[in-house]
Amino acid sequence: MSASSPTFSASSRVLHWTMAVIVVAMLFIGAGMAATVSDRYAVLLSIHKPLGIAILVLVLIRFLNRLICPPPPLPSDLPAWQQLAAISSHYLLYGLMFLMPLLGWSMLSAAPYPVVLFGSLRLPPILPQSASLYAVLRPAHTYLGYLLFATILAHLGAALFHGLIRRDGVLQSMASLRGGEIGDGK
Amino acid sequence: MSAKLSLAAAALRLGAIGALLLAVAAAFADVAGWLSPQRLTQASLMEAFSRLNGDHPGFRRNHAKGLCVSGWFDSTGAATLLSKSAMLASGRVPVIGRFALAGGMPMQADAASAVRSLALRLVGPDGHEWRTGMNDIPVFTVNSAQAFYEQLLASKPDAATGKADPRAMKAFLDRHPETARALAIIASRPVSSGFADSTFNSLDAFRLVDEGGRSTPVRWAAVPLEPPPAETPTAPNGPDKNYLFEDLIAQIHQRPLKWRLMIIVGQPQDPTADATIPWPADRAQIDAGTVILDRVSSEDGGACTDINFDPLVLPPGIEPSDDPLLSARSATYARSFSLRVEERGAKPPSAITPRELRLAEGTP
Repeated sequence: MSASSPTFSASSRVLHWTMAVIVVAMLFIGAGMAATVSDRYAVLLSIHKPLGIAILVLVLIRFLNRLICPPPPLPSDLPAWQQLAAISSHYLLYGLMFLMPLLGWSMLSAAPYPVVLFGSLRLPPILPQSASLYAVLRPAHTYLGYLLFATILAHLGAALFHGLIRRDGVLQSMASLRGGEIGDGK
Repeated sequence: MSAKLSLAAAALRLGAIGALLLAVAAAFADVAGWLSPQRLTQASLMEAFSRLNGDHPGFRRNHAKGLCVSGWFDSTGAATLLSKSAMLASGRVPVIGRFALAGGMPMQADAASAVRSLALRLVGPDGHEWRTGMNDIPVFTVNSAQAFYEQLLASKPDAATGKADPRAMKAFLDRHPETARALAIIASRPVSSGFADSTFNSLDAFRLVDEGGRSTPVRWAAVPLEPPPAETPTAPNGPDKNYLFEDLIAQIHQRPLKWRLMIIVGQPQDPTADATIPWPADRAQIDAGTVILDRVSSEDGGACTDINFDPLVLPPGIEPSDDPLLSARSATYARSFSLRVEERGAKPPSAITPRELRLAEGTP
């Protein structure tokens, strides 16, 4: 590892860490609200919906950002299976971060529950009322949430593996606090 | 690449990473309730209903026996004094409703002693919704989810006698004197002859909020307007097992049934977080409008069947109070809804099928 090893662009790092905090918070909020009948339920639910839509918006920005600022390449000496695991797990993370808010919005639409973010701000339904769709979407939201949590754990483990054991600059490329020009990931 | 780690150092670091992942996973499991089976959750309440009533796939876990109705709400606009809700402004909005008997037995025989409920879903001109489930009792039996759960367990019929264990119920009431007081109030209420002449109460408190942000504690009640004359059961051998619902069907078939929606305005000293305590009878009331129900249908294929009458589905201008039952009801209803929707393929016909409905209407 050297000081000149490529890092993610500043915009990529800001998006990554902002979303990391929000997505992990969302998973805990979701798990918590599904397992409480206390006053916390209403509070958690009122956070869960607007935060979910925030994630949907952020992940769309992130797709665009990734096109503009491609990530630095993985170390060339990384074993092929680890390359494959890294690439496929990132597809999974992006896919689930995009899918989970859409599933939430869809299942509320199908139920039908009004999708009120806060106050009088209400989103339109994106599916017609359908109990049979809800019956599929509601458990999907739960189980894909578990899958997202497990994928994030694997991602965290792999990042620390790169940072503490391989020490190949991969963790630093995202964890670096250095300022950077957009596009310096190239 | 830095100097290679010794095997021992690598193992130590690997162990640290593993410990960290395990800690994060454990925190998640804790929040999800997996490490605390004693915690009262949606799942434990579903389990309690199942133990009390048996399994009835596809039915609501509580208020399982019911009928769908529809009609409209003619708002007087009087409640705009306290609320900015567009639904409470003068005008007409569509209503889907459901009459039901409390309890998780979808085939239970109608009885005068069973608690009757009316749930409504109003959709305002701005698209916002108001859902409310009301009961014909003046106060609720418990003031917390925990007490509700304990009450379910204490009500479980003994396998030998078929009756609830009186010692379990007495122990429960000793722990919850507020329930003993509420049950006394409920026992002394006049019981009307049927759904059509029942008054249905919100029980929980809510808050009306006006344009200026002023928030007023309220409860509400649907009070029957020009109810049909009280009927005595017509069957020669005593009332049949669906007599309350059959009367309702026949009455709606004759003419629309009406309830006046009264907003009961609380004073600052009135408890909002305890549904077992009645508010003084002299509280100001606002006539918010009239609910008119002119159509009735079986739950099998009815418009109310797939609606969860979640008390936290409220329009801007109507907000939850600090009553803990609101969160408890919302969380529990949502789970009941998910379960019954997922079980739909296994659901037997409801007590009142479309065929029985036509018979009761006299239009076979």
